Amino acid sequence: MTDTVLTTESIYSASSRPESLTALIWRRFRRHRLALISAITLLLMVLLVTAAPLSGYSATEQDPKNEFAQPSAEHWFGTDELGRDVFTRILYGGRISLAVGIFSTLFSLAIGIVIGALSGYYAGWIDNLLMRITDTFLILPVVFVLILFSALLRELPGLAEFRNSVWTVIVAISAFAWMLPARIARGLFLVLREKEFVSASRALGASDARLIFLRILPNSIGPLLVSATLEMAYAIITESGLSYLGFGIQPPTPSWGNILESAQIHVFRAPWLAVFPGLMIFITVMAINFIGDGLRDAFDPYVIHTEK
Amino acid sequence: MPGGPLAQAERNPNVTPEQLAALRVRLGLDQPLPIQYVKWIKAFVLEGDWGYSIKFRRPVAAMIQERMPATLILFGIGFIIMLIFAIPMGVYSAIKPYSFFDNLITTFSFAGQSVPVYWLGLILIVIFYLNIQNPFGEGSMFPAGGMYTVGKEGNTLDLIWHLVLPITAMTFSWIAWYSRFLRSSMRDTLNEDYIRTARAKGLSLHAVHFRHALRNALLPLVTLIALDLPTVFGGAVFIETIFAWPGMGRLFWDAARGRDYPILLAVMMIYAALTLLFNLIADIFYGFLDPRIRYD
Repeated sequence: MTDTVLTTESIYSASSRPESLTALIWRRFRRHRLALISAITLLLMVLLVTAAPLSGYSATEQDPKNEFAQPSAEHWFGTDELGRDVFTRILYGGRISLAVGIFSTLFSLAIGIVIGALSGYYAGWIDNLLMRITDTFLILPVVFVLILFSALLRELPGLAEFRNSVWTVIVAISAFAWMLPARIARGLFLVLREKEFVSASRALGASDARLIFLRILPNSIGPLLVSATLEMAYAIITESGLSYLGFGIQPPTPSWGNILESAQIHVFRAPWLAVFPGLMIFITVMAINFIGDGLRDAFDPYVIHTEK
Repeated sequence: MPGGPLAQAERNPNVTPEQLAALRVRLGLDQPLPIQYVKWIKAFVLEGDWGYSIKFRRPVAAMIQERMPATLILFGIGFIIMLIFAIPMGVYSAIKPYSFFDNLITTFSFAGQSVPVYWLGLILIVIFYLNIQNPFGEGSMFPAGGMYTVGKEGNTLDLIWHLVLPITAMTFSWIAWYSRFLRSSMRDTLNEDYIRTARAKGLSLHAVHFRHALRNALLPLVTLIALDLPTVFGGAVFIETIFAWPGMGRLFWDAARGRDYPILLAVMMIYAALTLLFNLIADIFYGFLDPRIRYD
């Protein structure tokens, strides 16, 4: 008699194990060909900037005899106004730009998730208060505020050692970039907190913190990951923009933005200098945007891919 | 506050601490911040006294007045160009999804959303100023910056010639974002029941697409554009910096480098006022697009 009873083990051993969520998402993501190519591009970009010391040149050492050299076998992207190898500077600059992108995304997402979660989970006056604060941040002209904020942050008396630090830029960008993830998280929490699995967990005596972080948050991972890609694209563009205007990463530390700034000054003498730093920003941001598009499709149950 | 109204006096070795204290009292800097703020806002809004630039020692109101037209021309024409391209592209993409042109527009819109505007501007200068000759005369195809050629101030043709590159750089990403947005909003609208009803009662496809679907699809676009305005104003800083455009964005950038607070405050106030004004215009526009909305 016992062999007719279906136990969980017998189902699992009879058929193959059900696909895990990660495997499912990965399978769906791979079908978005541009997203897959973009993911590989981004990975190569990270490997390339990690391997920066292998270029054989220094990012900051000057060579006055060799300024404005055209692209050649020795200097792939040419040299700048101080005779520094531009290819090497772009690799080292990429480390800074990608790091700013990654950390700004982590920080702004963390702030956004906490605010959105509290707002959506507790609703009522907490939601009202937090969302009005979010709205206030949303109508700020971010570029202007960032210029002022990073100028101010640099000259605060207690922060002398952070004066030219990359962290100043990361803090400035994250402080004004958390609103989108906050609104997305709020929307998800408002819907998910009414679901049966949350009620069941609450009935079992789970605390609010447990419900927020272990029950609802893992179920909102898809849209939040998509918004993370938007955040990262935004952070990289904003960092280089700020640096380009002279309010971001300060020379001699290279970043894609401030390399472009010095290229702008010398554009009439050495136009090729302007091409490569911007191209790196363009390729990276485009790759991140395509990955975001692929993730959106992969997490969306309504998108049906036709197998080719 | 770094910089600040007393920065120059503090650095000057000939100014004694007593003089500095007297100056502080005379400028009202010894009073509590809330009182200073109320005094400033009263002077700014009620009396129209926007103060003097620390660097140029000129009235800020006059400086803004000089810069305002350049920014408004750049935005106004850029906005019209954006609509001319974005609306047909978005509508076409929505009507014929996954067609050859839709795929082309999609590729373009991903590129437009990813390209940094300051780099696009530089590349346009490298191509059209440094490398292509003007086929109709001396010099380059397009100028690298400025609003007018020296000696031709007020000449409309010269202004248009100077506008081509900045407008191209600025509208490229706008067109990409808004045509993409209109595509999805129009696709949603085309799935509505009233569109099927309109088709069923024998209206032509053209009438359905443009009279019924487009008007409804434009509603969320109006909201988005109104919400995006602060970002759009921010983009002007880059465009005006690259192309040496004598507008308010460039004024702000110069003032931020020189810690010229009266100018910074005034420019921020102007942009805040413009944001509110355009949100009001967007609200009025809803009533025009959607007859269900009435403002009694």
